[in-house]
Amino acid sequence: MAPNSIHWFRKGLRLHDNPALREAVRGAATVRCVYFLDPWFAGSSNLGVNRWRFLLQCLEDLDASLRKLNSRLFVIRGHPNTNEWKISRLTFEYDSEPFGKERDAAIKKLATEAGVEVIVKISHTLYDLDRIIELNGGQPPLTYKRFQTLISRMDPPELPVEPLSEAFMGTCITPVSDDHGDKYGVPSLEELGFDTEGLPSAVWPGGETEALTRIERHLERKAWVANFERPRMNANSLLASPTGLSPYLRFGCLSCRLFYFKLTDLYRKVKKNSSPPLSLYGQLLWREFFYTAATNNPRFDKMEGNPICVRIPWDRNPEALAKWAEAKTGFPWIDAIMTQLRQEGWIHHLARHAVACFLTRGDLWISWEEGMKVFEELLLDADWSVNAGSWMWLSCSSFFQQFFHCYCPVGFGRRTDPNGDFIRRYLPVLRGFPAKYIYDPWNAPDSVQAAAKCIVGIHYPRPMVNHAEASRLNIERMKQIYQQLSRYRGLGLLASVPSNGNGNGGMMAYSPGEQQPATTTSASSASHGTGTAGGSVTNGNGSGSILLNFDREDHPGPSGMQQHGYHTASDPGKGMARLYQACSSHEFAVPQHPGRLGHNAGKRERESERETAGDTETHSSHKVQRHSSEVSLKCHRHSQPTPEGQSSV
Amino acid sequence: MKRVLQGDEDDSSTSSEGPTEPRKKVRQLDDEAPSTWGHLPQEILLHVFQHLPLLDRAYASQVCRSWNEAFHMPELWRCFEFELNQPATSYLKATHPDLIKQIIKRHSNHLQYVSFKVDSSTESAEAACGILSQLVNCSLKTLGLISTARPSFMELPKSHFISALTVVFVNSKSLSSLKIDDTPVDDPSLKVLVANNSDTLKLLKMSSCPHVSPAGILCVADQCHGLRELALNYHLLSDELLLALSSEKHVHLEHLRIDVVSENPGQTQFHTIKKSSWDAMVRHSPKFNLVMYFFLYEDEFGPFFRDEIPVTHLYFGRSVSKDVLGRVGLTCPRLVELVVCANGLRPLDEELIRIAERCQQLSAIGLGECEVSCSAFVEFVKMCGRRLSQLSIMEEVLIPDHKYSLDEIHWEVSKHLGRVWFPDMMPTW
Repeated sequence: MAPNSIHWFRKGLRLHDNPALREAVRGAATVRCVYFLDPWFAGSSNLGVNRWRFLLQCLEDLDASLRKLNSRLFVIRGHPNTNEWKISRLTFEYDSEPFGKERDAAIKKLATEAGVEVIVKISHTLYDLDRIIELNGGQPPLTYKRFQTLISRMDPPELPVEPLSEAFMGTCITPVSDDHGDKYGVPSLEELGFDTEGLPSAVWPGGETEALTRIERHLERKAWVANFERPRMNANSLLASPTGLSPYLRFGCLSCRLFYFKLTDLYRKVKKNSSPPLSLYGQLLWREFFYTAATNNPRFDKMEGNPICVRIPWDRNPEALAKWAEAKTGFPWIDAIMTQLRQEGWIHHLARHAVACFLTRGDLWISWEEGMKVFEELLLDADWSVNAGSWMWLSCSSFFQQFFHCYCPVGFGRRTDPNGDFIRRYLPVLRGFPAKYIYDPWNAPDSVQAAAKCIVGIHYPRPMVNHAEASRLNIERMKQIYQQLSRYRGLGLLASVPSNGNGNGGMMAYSPGEQQPATTTSASSASHGTGTAGGSVTNGNGSGSILLNFDREDHPGPSGMQQHGYHTASDPGKGMARLYQACSSHEFAVPQHPGRLGHNAGKRERESERETAGDTETHSSHKVQRHSSEVSLKCHRHSQPTPEGQSSV
Repeated sequence: MKRVLQGDEDDSSTSSEGPTEPRKKVRQLDDEAPSTWGHLPQEILLHVFQHLPLLDRAYASQVCRSWNEAFHMPELWRCFEFELNQPATSYLKATHPDLIKQIIKRHSNHLQYVSFKVDSSTESAEAACGILSQLVNCSLKTLGLISTARPSFMELPKSHFISALTVVFVNSKSLSSLKIDDTPVDDPSLKVLVANNSDTLKLLKMSSCPHVSPAGILCVADQCHGLRELALNYHLLSDELLLALSSEKHVHLEHLRIDVVSENPGQTQFHTIKKSSWDAMVRHSPKFNLVMYFFLYEDEFGPFFRDEIPVTHLYFGRSVSKDVLGRVGLTCPRLVELVVCANGLRPLDEELIRIAERCQQLSAIGLGECEVSCSAFVEFVKMCGRRLSQLSIMEEVLIPDHKYSLDEIHWEVSKHLGRVWFPDMMPTW
């Protein structure tokens, strides 16, 4: 007997490139597409009204598209009696996020026990993330460069599948009752308890149809510019663009694979068949990178217990957090961005950098987790993995970037939009200020404030923090934290890696004056003997530098030095040859060496992997060194800790 | 040993809790082989304990008498980090009050290397002072007062802070390192420090201590001839101070860090330091590092970089003009590391080239929001070559030009550096 299928929509709210949906229909007698709504989360305080509206619009669009195929969407609230559906097949899109995986495993078990066939297909990410991790020796890559290296070794993503069509539906039908609308219709915002009075129309309308219109426009614009580099930032890029795609990718209204291959085709067409560089897919790859980093880490969105997150003693300060979230910091650039975010649900990625830096390491020294939660509520494209990953990135809590540079809440905006039109658009109260003062109105003379009909301190808040002072303190703190993590004491540059997999290197490595044999390496003991005891309290012995050295000499101990010599000093001639090879064969030039080096590197990688799997504790410092120098051999810039903690996950 | 692998929250902070109930695992071990484990020689136990975090030692101390004795061995209490956090202001745990009491009672005479990590609450700073004033019978070599968030020592009544601090100064007599940045320390308390620790003091970090005057720090430099590392704000720097540090009696200075900070535009007038004073310093300590952090508005740089200055590490935390960076190229021959967070709207091309030309020691550079044309950047790297061990620039500030596109630049730069190099990337999100 032909099966009765259910396709369970979660993300992937589309009919195109939806392999699991096709599996539901294939050879089935009936198919029902369901979406479970959690009305408990909705309503009340109008929290995240933009996201709910986007979601409902996606569902309406799905329902409309399904109607064209003589089917309907079943939006399920509460606990319906579905026994009469006689389900024998369940299909859904693979969810790579830890909680999704857990939930799906439980569902799969229940379904299988009930004799229901379960079919799961990957279509929210370009690649099978487990394959990437496997290729990296069982650990997710922790630097973007490393990730790119791995991707470049893999086959291109699978082609998108055909959209669901009438022809494909064939004899498969959807039984629809007369009261379908009442029972399973897409609810309105009002029905979910939102107050929609005075709600402006959506800047980002949800739905697959909109997504497909946008991708065409997106490609047209790219083709017209014929320049595949990242567009330079200007005042206009701050505004929501009708070619923006990120919310559509997040809800799966747009298939990332469709996007990927459309970009490839366009590039080939315009650039006459030269093969596209990885940078063409930047936006998609960043997303994929964070998905990969998060998939096996249920604590990915937390600092505590998150093996890849540096523990930073953030300030707990609800008042300051509220000022930031409610656009009352007194910095027009920050407040305008936060207003745009709240009103429209999207902000430019550099604007995200600006407000994230301000909240965390730049000015307020508040935990990235708090910022992440605000984005989670307000940002249409805030995927769990991408949101947490980006916040860790921007707060320098993971993924190893330089922290020397804090975006200035005055200068950054001024450089981007010298005239201040963006500010005037979102903060009408400041409309009267001339460009000269619009980024720092507190510096405007009284007469200017009076003429602008906006007195700072009355109509618009004073700046909540002295940026120069805050960034001075915060840079010092970051430096302190990273020095402790790296256990590096000597002159010059900060060393490489957070040293222990638990992410709590801060305490372990800290050894004022006295060596703790378990955590102190020979190199640091040499520079830090009892003679100048206490240097470490002050990060002493002249470490004036605040540049992080991720790729060079600072792996203390002989193995680190040796590895280092291998790729630079020891044999420059050979090194150059390799470099040329690497650079000429790949435009993005990750050192993907077809010859000997690749083999050797792979082998050593497996060795260090064996260590990771085996005796994690005894050799940890040695291993970290090896591992990091290994990575530096590949990435030449970043290093990587060994996230032991993750193996137990 | 297994605990370390678990990665649970307990071991995230070793000093965070006092002795609590024993772990079952440990107890089982003991039950199985009491004779062997109970009779380990103390030296071996000490060795093992030195490898264990405090919390694990506390658990182990409850296993048997011998382990309990080992727990209290003085060697294990030489260095201690007090973490003082309040639940309302910090996410991190604090050192348990019982443990603090026990340390003061039983181990204060063993303490030698002590630091206080204090969150942004005044209570925590007060608690730190409370502990300090009880350290009467100990002889510290190292003391660090570290604000982990907003500096809270500044919010204490000055007299309160100072009386606590001077307890340590008076009793220790052999302080070697002292880190008291962002505290209300003042001239009289520095006098107490000098009177009791002048022979031993090697390192003093006191950036942003507004109650200290140039005369106060001069007194330290005059009498502490072993001082090798010093960190302070620019307003404390004087010709006299440099001359004192470069006197014959004084050891070679290794490290001098100066923070140049202004609170509000135009408020602070900055004095100048004579070239002859810097020259004396370099003659006396040819290898010393001069680290300068600038947090100034663009128009406050007037007095700086007019004469040659032996700075080795330069950090510009705020936007700095092309003009000033041009002067850096002319006046900083010893420059080793340069970090520029931001500059104005015009590319930094000629300035970088000049720095590459004049600053022959330069081996590390970091550029934030500083636009540079791709060809000037490549030229800069070519001139510096492989001595550039650190090269960091954000991808988005490199301006492609007729010679190089963004895709080509990393290739060119890698070639000149002799290693694979990429610009810093930020997530496109």
